[in-house]
Amino acid sequence: MSSNPTPSELLSELTQAAEKQWQALQNPAVPVIYVGHATCGRAAGSQETIDGFKDALAEKGIEAEIITVGCLGHCYAEPLVTIHYPGFPPLMYQKVGAGEARVLVNSFLQRGEDPCFEYLLGALEPNDTFPTLMDYPRYLYEKRVIMDQCGLIDPHSLDHYLAVGGYQALAKALEKGDKWVVEEIKSAHLRGRGGAGFPAGIKWDIARQAEKTPKVVICNGDEGDPGAYMDRTLMESNPHQVLEGLSIAALAVGASRAILYIRAEYPLAVSTIEDAIAAAKEHNLLGERILGTDLSLEVSVFQGSGAFVCGEETALIQSIQGNRGMPQYRPPYPAVEGLDGLPTVINNVKTLSTVPSIVRKGSHWFKAIGTEKTPGTAIFSVVGDVEYPGLVEVPMGVSLEHLIFEVCGGIKDGKPFKAVQIGGPSGGCLPESELSTPIDFDSLRQAGAMMGSGGMVVMNDETCMVEVARYFIDFTQHESCGKCTFCRIGTRHLLEILTGLTKGEGSDDDIAELQTLSEETIIGSLCSLGKTAPNPVLTTLRFFKDEYLAHYREHRCPALMCRNLIAYYIDLDACARGCDACVACCPTEAIFTTSNRKKAIDQEKCVKCGECVYACPPEYDAVFKVSPPEMIPDQGIKPLDEKKEENNE
Amino acid sequence: MVDNLEQDQEIDLEEERVLDAIAAELPGISRDVHQLIPVLQKIQHIHGYLPLGSIGMVAAHFGIPGAKVFGVATFYNQFRFNPPGRHPIKVCLGTACHVKGGEIILENFTRRLGIEEGETTKDREYSLERVACVGCCALAPVVVVGEKIESYVTPSKVEGVITEIEIQNEIAEREKAKDEQQSDSE
Repeated sequence: MSSNPTPSELLSELTQAAEKQWQALQNPAVPVIYVGHATCGRAAGSQETIDGFKDALAEKGIEAEIITVGCLGHCYAEPLVTIHYPGFPPLMYQKVGAGEARVLVNSFLQRGEDPCFEYLLGALEPNDTFPTLMDYPRYLYEKRVIMDQCGLIDPHSLDHYLAVGGYQALAKALEKGDKWVVEEIKSAHLRGRGGAGFPAGIKWDIARQAEKTPKVVICNGDEGDPGAYMDRTLMESNPHQVLEGLSIAALAVGASRAILYIRAEYPLAVSTIEDAIAAAKEHNLLGERILGTDLSLEVSVFQGSGAFVCGEETALIQSIQGNRGMPQYRPPYPAVEGLDGLPTVINNVKTLSTVPSIVRKGSHWFKAIGTEKTPGTAIFSVVGDVEYPGLVEVPMGVSLEHLIFEVCGGIKDGKPFKAVQIGGPSGGCLPESELSTPIDFDSLRQAGAMMGSGGMVVMNDETCMVEVARYFIDFTQHESCGKCTFCRIGTRHLLEILTGLTKGEGSDDDIAELQTLSEETIIGSLCSLGKTAPNPVLTTLRFFKDEYLAHYREHRCPALMCRNLIAYYIDLDACARGCDACVACCPTEAIFTTSNRKKAIDQEKCVKCGECVYACPPEYDAVFKVSPPEMIPDQGIKPLDEKKEENNE
Repeated sequence: MVDNLEQDQEIDLEEERVLDAIAAELPGISRDVHQLIPVLQKIQHIHGYLPLGSIGMVAAHFGIPGAKVFGVATFYNQFRFNPPGRHPIKVCLGTACHVKGGEIILENFTRRLGIEEGETTKDREYSLERVACVGCCALAPVVVVGEKIESYVTPSKVEGVITEIEIQNEIAEREKAKDEQQSDSE
């Protein structure tokens, strides 16, 4: 037996070649261009960027290597490009379109002269000439555990992952055995990142001790929360890390089957994971007798069909079994009786992505990050009205204020902060007074919000809280599976009342009804969808009651957002003669010329899209919004009589 | 009216072809009911939609009631029962897109194309859908046209997106006409 190589020995054979290749890449002979090419990069036009580089390089006859990488999380700066020119540190450039790519080739890549400071974000390594990314608050305050390699390695290259220490945790786990792994995860106190925060180690232990076999592990990548996309990014940018975590989970619970449940709306994540599975299988890191041990794991991908409720584990199991995704009563918990009655462990993508680093570096290292009750980091997709939207990974326990104002640069255009919505449809809206709340499962729940899957939408004073509550209830109402009466019908009534309010209809009784109906829906629902659906209503009622009152008492939307309660008008004093900017942009031709050759809006035709506000040149800034609509001042507008004008001429 | 009738007949013929294709494919697939959703996904992936006739065929394949297949297919947002347009337009109404006016964008498409969400234009050029979130929240509001993601969409950009498709179509038509002329002269 002793002649058989250990998993570590087998792995190091694979790693050696990968490291050599990686080293060569760190000291390149020809320029290397890394282009962020995950979904958000593509949305910002990274394909055009790549084509731009290729064309320009071919034209000039320059030899360079183009490598596509995943997402760094800096969505505001996409498309992101890193250029490693021999003799320079790797330099990262932001918002590189096809045109900028051409400029970079001509002025930098051609002779290595001008590194184009105008597009430069920073250098990846400390150096004497260029500012580094660590000089930015975004990098300084972030603590990257899960997203450590995202955007730096090629997700389609197993070698890249191996070279940065990939699959070493799996080899270690295989040598130490299942019991050790479970104990290590338990002692690290890793809490499930899917939203509920249940300790992963305990879940694993329950499944490990279950008698029935075979056992199943499922990676939950059914990210249905509108406004959260970190699971997608992890699967697209570092798929092997997810697979490694999944294999370690399988080893820990003794599973022989693994399923990755990924939303069908994420085609790139599906194909990236499928490629990664094939590569890992080919190198004996998945499949039969992994790294020469007894662990065999059959891995498959199941595409979720877009039902929000399938993020709930029992509903997810139902959908794999070919049923409508309706949650089931627990217990029995899936860890005891899950898919086809077999012990099933379901972990979120982020949870599994954390596992390899804990196994590699030990639970003590992990516990040193974050808070005592919730060690580790949290990933948020911070979007909305912040200066630097994107994915942010911070240690648990930092305050919301720190995250929004220091890490993400505060509110865009210097506008005032109004509220932050955390946890998607299950979460709540927190006002300025709650900004000192530390970010962890328990504190956020206490404040009335929820960690959820980590969606965070920051809103300025132009967002109406009643409308936000209506939006989320509309979503949960649509996504309710219909099993529980309160969730099915209760949310419908909530939606009707809220829709009325956004039109200025309602009464004091309706507000009272919102409160009681919300509380009853929480009690009367089986799964978290119904139990948390009223959170957006309850928190907005608690923190922004004045806004509710203004809607039905004064028919006024204080944020000037609810379209039934606002109107646009053009101030004739500010409007410039002969300027037609707003006329061209109006989708309903509601803007006409007045008798003094200025512009006015026909309120009957206006659909209140707000396009004219943007079209009006800033030097005039003549379009204004008012609420209620009757507030439009009487300017004595008369339309221009064109016939008369013609006669005059 | 005559036009509509012809179009409808064309759709019927097309649906027949789709059903024939499905009938040919089904026997090769496992009868394990765990495969129900993957099979429905496959049909939609190949043909773009689930013709109502296919529900019964899938039910027969798995030996389960048609109502169960229909129940599953209608439960999930992914499945559609009418053919999509050549340029499917998906308007994202995730939280970030909503806050930045996604609804207004949807309305503009509705007005411009003359169809409601979930519908396809008569000429089968466009179909309009709303989606919960495509995960490009930092670029909100977002619209997916075919495979391409359009970011920071405004009502004027809606006009631009449609105009661009119209121009592309016209170019293609002219090229075609030119080719035909050339081959005629030869």
